[in-house]
Amino acid sequence: MTQKLLTVADYPLAENRPDVVETKAGKTLDDITLEGVLSDRVTLEDLRITGRALRQQAEIATAAGRPTLAANFERGAELVDVPQDVIMRVYELLRPGRANSKDELIAVARDLRETYGAEGVAAFIEEAADVYERRSLYKKRF
Amino acid sequence: MTEDSHARPNRWKRFSDWDERPLRLDKFAAEDAANGFSAFKSPFDPKPGFSLGAGVVESMDGIGSQDFDMIDFFIARYHLDPEIAPEAMAMPSLEVARMLVDMNVPRTELVRLAHGMTPAKLAEVVSHLSSLEIAFAYSKMRARQTPGNQAHVTNAKDDPLQMAADAATAVAFGFDEIETTMRVARNSWSNAVACAVGAAVGRWGTLFQCSSEEAEELKIGMAGFTSYAETVSVYGTEKSFVDGDDTPWSKAFLAAAYASRGIKMRCTSGAGSELLMGFHDRKSLLYLEARCLCLQRAMGAQGTQNGGIDGAPVTCTVPGGMRELMAENLIAVWLDLECASGNDARATESEIRVGAKILPYLVAGSDLICSGFGSILKYDNSFNASLLNGEELEDYLVLQRDFEADGGLTPVGETRVMELRARAVDAISAVLEELGLAKPTNDMKLSVVAASGSDETRTFSGRDVAMISEAIYARSITVIDVIKALAARGFGEEAENLLKLVRLRVSGDYLQTSAVVRDGRIVSAVNNPNDYQGPGTGYRLSEDRREEIAAIRDVLTRQEVLRVEAAYRPAEVARIAYRTIGPAAATRNEREVVIGISPAFGLKLFQTVAGHPLSAILRVLIAGITEGGCAARVVRMRHTADTSFLGLSAARLAGSGIGIGIQAKGTAVIHQKDRLPHNNLELFSNSPITKLEHYKRMGLNAAAYALGEMPEPVIVPTRGEAMGSRYHAKVSLIYAIETEMTSEGAEPEEIDVTFIGAAA
Repeated sequence: MTQKLLTVADYPLAENRPDVVETKAGKTLDDITLEGVLSDRVTLEDLRITGRALRQQAEIATAAGRPTLAANFERGAELVDVPQDVIMRVYELLRPGRANSKDELIAVARDLRETYGAEGVAAFIEEAADVYERRSLYKKRF
Repeated sequence: MTEDSHARPNRWKRFSDWDERPLRLDKFAAEDAANGFSAFKSPFDPKPGFSLGAGVVESMDGIGSQDFDMIDFFIARYHLDPEIAPEAMAMPSLEVARMLVDMNVPRTELVRLAHGMTPAKLAEVVSHLSSLEIAFAYSKMRARQTPGNQAHVTNAKDDPLQMAADAATAVAFGFDEIETTMRVARNSWSNAVACAVGAAVGRWGTLFQCSSEEAEELKIGMAGFTSYAETVSVYGTEKSFVDGDDTPWSKAFLAAAYASRGIKMRCTSGAGSELLMGFHDRKSLLYLEARCLCLQRAMGAQGTQNGGIDGAPVTCTVPGGMRELMAENLIAVWLDLECASGNDARATESEIRVGAKILPYLVAGSDLICSGFGSILKYDNSFNASLLNGEELEDYLVLQRDFEADGGLTPVGETRVMELRARAVDAISAVLEELGLAKPTNDMKLSVVAASGSDETRTFSGRDVAMISEAIYARSITVIDVIKALAARGFGEEAENLLKLVRLRVSGDYLQTSAVVRDGRIVSAVNNPNDYQGPGTGYRLSEDRREEIAAIRDVLTRQEVLRVEAAYRPAEVARIAYRTIGPAAATRNEREVVIGISPAFGLKLFQTVAGHPLSAILRVLIAGITEGGCAARVVRMRHTADTSFLGLSAARLAGSGIGIGIQAKGTAVIHQKDRLPHNNLELFSNSPITKLEHYKRMGLNAAAYALGEMPEPVIVPTRGEAMGSRYHAKVSLIYAIETEMTSEGAEPEEIDVTFIGAAA
């Protein structure tokens, strides 16, 4: 199914294209009301961004001439379903001197790719693994 | 050594005076590129350069790809567009600099070229611009058309009640974003809840962040309390980066993580950070900052908090430091990044330097002029004092009005502020009670509502706050619980406002460049792009916005002046009676001094600017003249209200040829009949500081002149007060009342003055 790419004219989606905005559970913006919160029909889960929304924002960023911002939204889209503790573990491992070898980062990349389908983020981490090696970042820091 | 040389002074005392000024608390550093103290250029800065090999960057700024450090690699890989770089790098830097200030070259074209420029190239281009040109270029190049501002909301006690009240206050003044942090790290959850609730009072849409440790900050964001983050710092040298415990990849990963949680994010960088961290590589501040900014665009951050930031004070110690801060901000917006443009860490003790620092940003506009403005008092600012603080907020409001420049803030009246503060304190108290976190007493609440700062509050102890904060975390309380608590306790509007803010995450519109919320709508560089192309384009104050900015408190009007005077009238009527006898004529009494009073004197106006009743003025003038051995006669002039002509006309009527002219506001002159109008004997122009004793001596001197003597002139001592600023609005309004009563050719009137009772 191919859809027309979103453009600057569709932005802000919440105002101009509410028809393309929905929560993970399929609720629309109109469903997110105070009444809904009070009756537990709306939960914190409904107030999370979705991978779809981030990809839509990436389309808009691209249309607005901001390819690097779009790439960040694409990476973000891949991380939406990655649990918080995994996010923090990967972040920690990317910090200097945390990984003892290139292999640790490669393993993390593989996990993100295989478990969460985070292809772009995985490639990004593999690239870091190479550069860290060249810049001797695997040495232990005290 | 002679006795003479021993007594000879060895210092001009003005230097001692200067030693005492706040400016001298600032310390300045010599330019020293080898040690990192150089704003714009260092002999160790690379020359701009670029080469491609097989579509890949082969060298950049004099470094071959095999020698790239992490930062070089990341910039070459993700920032530099190989399609544009050959064209952009080949352009002479001076030509590009001229394009930046050429209103006919559209912003979009310059942004396109920036995608193909290396850090050294960007730095070289902006180095060609003067401060004025940088400010102009900034105004043209910043991403979002409508300017905005950010506030710090913190307090020295981490008191949630004050946090909520101050957040609501900052929101009322118009800040688009508010940022908090803590004195004690574990209080972050309490601060977050309190600010989120306070910011939901009055209106919705103010974005909020709680600056804390990276993992903690993300958790607070996940619980729904915060909507943006700006703690993702980057540095311009590899060693600083590693010492900052990160790499470009770890930070870029964090940027993506924020996006994945629907939280707006900007990076932070600023001149001087590498200097402070000890790894400046002998490069200029601007070059290192250009690297930081290219890196941020490469990471895909929508924006940057930039312009010295924590390094601003050290940057301002070197020649050109403030210009450099402007230049790095220009590179940021040229790279199409949202710019929260510093003007935060207080870089000087000199109020003149503070005012000078902020002005270019105020007139140029910025996505967020300060990042942030201390909306609280200096001692309550847990980030350390800002360039501008709660103490100076009104100065800033007046600067907006002076320059008709939108600094993002709006004056708010006293009653409204009190309502909002009370409402915010009640709302956070209700939440704390409803969630079983604490029970604030009425005394606590009242003390916070009125308090200017935490010194004046009687509130929770540090231990109480820590327990509240830890309970919020331990019980996994989220924004949903807070919304429910607000609604349950009758704060439906605030519950609704808070929900609307969190709901922004669903569509993610506010993740785009320079996004803020205005009147319930997203305004960003996407739907409100800066399209400046000369006068009549770009951001202009609307008539409504101009009125908002102009509406500062305590503005004088003609009605107000007349109201005050009318209120004063009954007291004067009880003290003095003016009876018009008829046209005044000249006399031959050589011992007579005439006092020429102005048209409204005692009729519509009843006191001088110094606050002396006019009856008292006349009483002492007459007493002085009489004691001096002459007779006084009072004449009302109707053809003029000008002091000189009042005096000269009085002198021409006086048998002695000496007259006193006096206006109702208290300005007076002693005149002589043969002199030119503005060449008087003595002038008393500083009416706000002229005392009754001076008027008495004026009467004595007038008598002395009448008797042919040469008295010591009366000097009204002044310490150089800015009299004009205090009184000129009032004086002009008063004087207009006087001039309105004049009529061409109206004859002077003889007035019989009767004093009733004792002197006032």
